[in-house]
Amino acid sequence: MDSLLNWITVNQQIIYIVVLMIFVGIEVIGHVPSVLHTPLMSGANAIHGVVIIGAIIVMGKAESDNYLALALGFLAVILGTLNVVGGFVVTDRMLEMFKKKKK
Amino acid sequence: MELNILTLCYLIASVTFILGLKMLSNPATARNGNLVAATGMTIAILGTIFLYTDSDGHKLHNYGWIFGGILIGAVTGTYAAKKVKMTAMPEMVSLFNGMGGACAALISAAEFYHIYRNRQGAPDTPFHELVPVGFYITIVAGAIIGTISYTGSIIAWGKLNGRVKDFSFKGQHFVNMIVLALVLVSAVLAYRSTIGNIYLPFILIGFFAFIYGILFVMPIGGADMPVVISLLNSFTGVAAACGGFLYDNKAMLTGGILVGAAGTLLTILMCKAMNRSLTNVLIGSFGGGHKAGAAGAKQQGTVREITLSDTAMVMAYANKVFIVPGYGLAVAQAQHACHELEKLLEGKGVEVKYAIHPVAGRMPGHMNVLLAEADVSYDKLMEMEHANDEFASTDVVLILGANDVVNPAAKTDPSSPIYGMPVLDVELARNVIVNKRSMKPGYAGIENELFFRPKTSMLFGDAKKVLQDLIAEIKNL
Repeated sequence: MDSLLNWITVNQQIIYIVVLMIFVGIEVIGHVPSVLHTPLMSGANAIHGVVIIGAIIVMGKAESDNYLALALGFLAVILGTLNVVGGFVVTDRMLEMFKKKKK
Repeated sequence: MELNILTLCYLIASVTFILGLKMLSNPATARNGNLVAATGMTIAILGTIFLYTDSDGHKLHNYGWIFGGILIGAVTGTYAAKKVKMTAMPEMVSLFNGMGGACAALISAAEFYHIYRNRQGAPDTPFHELVPVGFYITIVAGAIIGTISYTGSIIAWGKLNGRVKDFSFKGQHFVNMIVLALVLVSAVLAYRSTIGNIYLPFILIGFFAFIYGILFVMPIGGADMPVVISLLNSFTGVAAACGGFLYDNKAMLTGGILVGAAGTLLTILMCKAMNRSLTNVLIGSFGGGHKAGAAGAKQQGTVREITLSDTAMVMAYANKVFIVPGYGLAVAQAQHACHELEKLLEGKGVEVKYAIHPVAGRMPGHMNVLLAEADVSYDKLMEMEHANDEFASTDVVLILGANDVVNPAAKTDPSSPIYGMPVLDVELARNVIVNKRSMKPGYAGIENELFFRPKTSMLFGDAKKVLQDLIAEIKNL
């Protein structure tokens, strides 16, 4: 218990970010029209691809003889990139179809 | 200096993520919003590669591996995303989501291994002496949530493209609970074991989470997949945020939590569109064919078919026509033919509108995207509430490959699995013409009594072919 409380104090900055981001996340998409549900989901999907940063760090820190870490990191980088690149491209293709029309 | 620039990169990325999501929720700015977020992401990735230093001041190495991985991922990702058909986009999103989940899980696995490897020499060291509990929770949560998101997304992908069939057995929810409990028990065991013994519990965590992801999605009906994908999407967001905790990385943290929160809200909005609660979707799964089949059997009546020329006649001389698109339209890629019919009828002085059910197709907004591709103007797309006010004054409703969203059983039959879901009140119109390929039930696997009503007539065939023939008929009138 003590160590958990201690951990909260040490990481309070991060915990503040988490709490505030939850509110921002809810607020920011609160008024989305149902037309955009699918592209929004797809866009959000691309954004959580930010996990690739973690993969790059794992990969870049791995000792050159640590083959398991290298393999895990390499696979993680590939999958993360797929998520980011594929996610943004698919979203763009969806939105491409929402060409503005003269009313 | 370089580290400060990296901090700035992450700050920019975080802001673009928030801005991007904000812009994505408005039709006028959506596309730019996507680009803004993508730019921020690029900055964050490049910044990490070139500027990151760990706590000891070491820069990253293994550049060959990093760039190789990014190259493979980027080429494959772009190719898959460019090639995928409109109808298969929901599956694609699910697949990419699964990749993100797997990535988060692999990061946790690598971190675990890192700790393990550094202490290999002292196998008797208790694991919890090395790792504070908060730190452990973030690693293990990333592994568990990422894995569940991965297997769940793959199953959802398989269900949407028909490779995986709905599957449920008696007491499945009980079994699911047990598996989830086993995941948590393994996580506690891993924390309490010594370095020498940690392998087995850690593998068990991954194994049970893997199984849980499959069991979690398996019994949920295909019609509810959009909700599930959205939920798994927010799971992956949380898993990414765990990585942010792990590396004290603000960009990962903001991006992950933002998606976690927004994804959860989006999931709830989707459930609301179906007038169901999230628990109802997850627990009260569509129970397969047995009960629904029996209910459908007694409703079998006579089905009236209509010829193309009659359809052309009825539509050309109507005052007001509503088109109700569904998944069948997407499968047949008939959106352009549909738009052509609309223009033709307008030319004859018929008022044509589209009634869009919020969950028509495989994902909310699916129909809007599809019709927008064919240049159908926004003002013609009516949301369900407004369309329902107008059906009583409508001459012809043309249903193109939609089924469950026009099933009156949702209003009248409490035993129906879709009871309570708001539907389009198409039966109020003077004529209802239903285009379907066959009498097969829709995605929820239930019969639709609308097809047996006296005002309804059926026009069988592939939506695109039927529409093209219909256009030709109307031109000949």
